Amino acid sequence: MTASSAPTPATPARPPIRFRGRSFMALVLAPVPPVADWLEELDALARRSPAFFVGRPVILEVSGAGLDRESLRALVAALSDRAVTVMGIEGAGPGLLGDGLPPPLAGGRPVEEVAAPEAEAPEGRMSVAPAPAPARSLILDAPVRSGQTVLHLEGDITVMGSVASGAEVIAGGSLHVYGALRGRAIAGAAGNPEARITCRKFEPELIAIDGLYRTADDLGPVQRGLPAQVRLDGDAIKVAALD
Amino acid sequence: MAKILVVTSGKGGVGKTTTTAALGAALAQAGQSVAVVDFDVGLRNLDLVMGAERRVVYDLINVVNGDAKLNQALIRDKRLENLSLLPASQTRDKDALTDEGVARVMNELREKFDWVICDSPAGIERGATLAMRHADLAVVVTNPEVSSVRDSDRIIGLLDSKTLKAERGETMEKHLILTRYDAARADRGDMLKIDDVLEILSIPLLAIIPESMEVLRASNVGCPVTLNNPLCAPSRAYIDAVRRLKGDTVPMAVPSDKKSLLNKLFTRRAA
Repeated sequence: MTASSAPTPATPARPPIRFRGRSFMALVLAPVPPVADWLEELDALARRSPAFFVGRPVILEVSGAGLDRESLRALVAALSDRAVTVMGIEGAGPGLLGDGLPPPLAGGRPVEEVAAPEAEAPEGRMSVAPAPAPARSLILDAPVRSGQTVLHLEGDITVMGSVASGAEVIAGGSLHVYGALRGRAIAGAAGNPEARITCRKFEPELIAIDGLYRTADDLGPVQRGLPAQVRLDGDAIKVAALD
Repeated sequence: MAKILVVTSGKGGVGKTTTTAALGAALAQAGQSVAVVDFDVGLRNLDLVMGAERRVVYDLINVVNGDAKLNQALIRDKRLENLSLLPASQTRDKDALTDEGVARVMNELREKFDWVICDSPAGIERGATLAMRHADLAVVVTNPEVSSVRDSDRIIGLLDSKTLKAERGETMEKHLILTRYDAARADRGDMLKIDDVLEILSIPLLAIIPESMEVLRASNVGCPVTLNNPLCAPSRAYIDAVRRLKGDTVPMAVPSDKKSLLNKLFTRRAA
């Protein structure tokens, strides 16, 4: 038996709102005082490789720079003159931003340093260090406790225990829970409508596949407390028995 | 070298302080030397439950800041000479606790006693994380009720990530004490069943403490329940818990107070 929330043919179907996660690689620039000297070094780098910043999202990290509002404004303008578009500012104190300055950002995760272009590097070619091949699936031996978030956009997540109420598991691929699913389960978060959610005991607070979501209230009593699998059929989330 | 045990729960009012006092006294009664430490800076209660509120001179914050020596702040129990209390400060807040200061005090306590029992404040903030930081094992106190169980689950997650033991890559030993359990109400479905709680939290059960007037009565006179009336049902459950902590195998049961025939006849008194 399946839960169908597809509208009846008589009413024009309104596409549901979808939320998708995307990750982008952004360059992070961290100016070191004195800023004038730092800008000179940046100019030297840009002379060696004029296309280095073209089309690249750039985040400005200002926590160590000790800038006030005016000098930050001047710095953003100076970068803009050099065709470096600042997408967001990280590490700015309260009251430093606003008024036409780029928005604040937080929670970025550090990755490997991007290699700066060498003088002899062919112009226009980016020499980004290759990321290590990500593991396709993540296997968790411990239960996911309330308040914890597990994020794995590169593939499937398998949880050998339960996902507690108030916990959140987000997979780019499918989600397999061998215990009870009581928290939030988000599959296909990297834009994969084929992703599925399976669990031994279906009591979720929220499920989502490829940006389409349903809360426990929307789902009703279908398969509640029983083994279940969830998949996407067009724009409808289908919950079915697992046998 | 002491074992450091933290009594924690996430949610407030589930019986952490009662459990700390009861376990501390029961361990002392079993011949161990025990220190109970109140981490609830600003809202201290353990001194009241232990009946030591009129003897507090120095407190945990004084020792953490180096204003007093540990021996000056420790209050020896009048009934059990191998039981000591390190009270919290009522006039300060949790921000007064420094990481280094707490580490120094815990190491000093570890040298002196067989068991150090830390009474954690409610919540998941600084006070609670500092109370669990140095622990070797944890007792998670839970009521058979959904919000308490979910908060305990959150605390178990923190025990597995924010403690020194977890950061060293070791596993924290965790035990569950289910308090305020009423078998009749659980049977009627007004309360979560023991199996449901164990299934959600998936940590071993240390004891089931039945709901009892004896607990309140002991708190009111400022005496750990295991000392005030060692024969009542909650005391027997705590004493069994202590035997399990010491490594004995004790079959799990929910102790109950047998009512006499007269008592049964007169339970329906006029309100």
